[in-house]
Amino acid sequence: MKTLLELTQVGIEFKTPKGSFKALENVNLKIGTGEFVSLIGHSGCGKSTVLNIVAGLLKATTGGVVLEGREVNEPGPERAVVFQNHSLLPWLTAYENVELAVRQIFRGKKTRAEMKDWIEHNLTLVHMDHAMHKRPGEISGGMKQRVGIARALAMEPKVLLLDEPFGALDALTRAHMQDSLMEIQSDLKNTVIMITHDVDEAVLLSDRIVMMTNGPAATIGEILTVDLPRPRDRLALADDSAYNHLRHEVLRFLYEKQRKVDDFTPRSSAAKPPAQIVEPKAESVHAGEADAAPQSVVEQPQEKVA
Amino acid sequence: MSASPTVPHKMPRLELSTLLTKTLRAIVLPFFGAAIFLLLWEVTSSKIQTSLGQFPGPGQVVKQVHGLYLEFRDDQERAAAFYVRQDQRIADARAADPNYAPEYRTYAGKPTFVKQIFTSLKTVFTGFILASLIAIPLGIAIGLSANLYAAINPLIQLFKPISPLAWLPLVTIVVSAVYTNSDGIPKSYITSAITVMLCCLWPTLLNTAVGVTSVSTDLINVSRVLCLNWTQHVRSIVLPSSVPMIFAGLRLSLGIAWMVLIAAEMLAQNPGLGKFVWDEFQNGSSESLGRIMVAIFTIGVIGYLLDLLMLTLQRSVAWDKQAIVR
Repeated sequence: MKTLLELTQVGIEFKTPKGSFKALENVNLKIGTGEFVSLIGHSGCGKSTVLNIVAGLLKATTGGVVLEGREVNEPGPERAVVFQNHSLLPWLTAYENVELAVRQIFRGKKTRAEMKDWIEHNLTLVHMDHAMHKRPGEISGGMKQRVGIARALAMEPKVLLLDEPFGALDALTRAHMQDSLMEIQSDLKNTVIMITHDVDEAVLLSDRIVMMTNGPAATIGEILTVDLPRPRDRLALADDSAYNHLRHEVLRFLYEKQRKVDDFTPRSSAAKPPAQIVEPKAESVHAGEADAAPQSVVEQPQEKVA
Repeated sequence: MSASPTVPHKMPRLELSTLLTKTLRAIVLPFFGAAIFLLLWEVTSSKIQTSLGQFPGPGQVVKQVHGLYLEFRDDQERAAAFYVRQDQRIADARAADPNYAPEYRTYAGKPTFVKQIFTSLKTVFTGFILASLIAIPLGIAIGLSANLYAAINPLIQLFKPISPLAWLPLVTIVVSAVYTNSDGIPKSYITSAITVMLCCLWPTLLNTAVGVTSVSTDLINVSRVLCLNWTQHVRSIVLPSSVPMIFAGLRLSLGIAWMVLIAAEMLAQNPGLGKFVWDEFQNGSSESLGRIMVAIFTIGVIGYLLDLLMLTLQRSVAWDKQAIVR
């Protein structure tokens, strides 16, 4: 598989009144076309910062991001973002929200009628065709997030960036949204980077799970390849040993290796070493896997998983 | 008695009690408030003796409303009669000489109370619209640019607290010097409108600036991802998002404009409600105080209606229907 997106030695420092704060350091990641990658880690570890750097909303202090051989310097519709709190324009209907993006991107490339079809097509894809002409204030949180996804999909992005897209939703709606996303993903085969703090969500949706160490100077701790066959069914997977093993791996990383130190006590230096030890291993893991993941997932023999 | 039969009865009773509370709040309590106010007014006014006779009570004011209405009706009749006479005269002249070029004159009677109300409204809206035309674009500009805001903010804070009475002499002199065409729009009207503008500029300006600066970061990020250019960014993100704040500012501005107008008209002698109050004060007849009281209530009612108008506008443009606007 071709590498679509590459993060090389990405690091970022923020200027604060107390001096500079190094949020990220040495983030290296290659993502192939059509791959679904999740970024997981404790809150405040810089997951969203990584995503914002890829989106171009933040500028890396060191290193950089290359998309299809071109360096990312600024935001652009080829890296569409679905934000955590939907970010729909509250004065526009669902249709008009998608229209804003479509008009901007396909100006001169599509006729008015084609644009209308394209907007409706994308809203139908996320099952929002029945409430197209409602405003964000009139629809539920899950529906708003669907419109946000439709808007991003309508941009035909090369990489779809999801920033904790279902984080603000209740558990049932979230499960429903995850199923929808898997369904869309099986059709469109987009390249996706998703931020999450939900272990089940990461295992269920991803081809690879990138686990981040705790900040400051957070980096990639481990990368886990999820070689479960698709389509994945959450009920069947609940008893699947391979699924539970992967889930366990992520949990062990988050709660043993990267145990979150209580914010009210000073950060003890003892909590850090595991991250440093893990780091070189993570490098070697991702180097080989980036080119192989998604296709091999589909063709993965069942018995290997079980 | 078991508990179950009482349950179905509970619902309508609850509705009835809320209905009663609502009626009480909407009609009965305001009525009581007004009644107590009128009573206090009557009692107090009967104890105040002035050089122009007794201070007018509610009855006297009602009588003056009627008197002012009669004056208005008489004036309308006189105007109608004037136009009938004029038409007759022109028709006669035409009959005598087919080449007669008629000269139409408008009726120029003494301004009545009703006419003065309309002059006041016209003046206040002129000032208010001028102020809005300056304040909204400038507010957007200083909201978008922190540098511009830093440059202009001290000036805003300096000019904001200035009373219309302080502006008026300056404005009067400047208008007299600059505007020499005396047959057109009256100077007093321009002076009053400009004074109103200078005083009601600030709430809209500041509110617009705050509205523009407080556009959510998420929406700005959306704009950046879509690569909207500056005009599109302002038109489709910044402006709609700050519309509620702009209208809140406009509503405050119109309130101030109306307050300032009365003072401005008094001093500039613009034939509106302010001048009416001043003329009655100078006139000093036994009816003057009653007529001034009528003007005061009129000013209050119109101010309230203007506010209601702006409130309706504000609600109709608010995209956040959950927000409580009052």
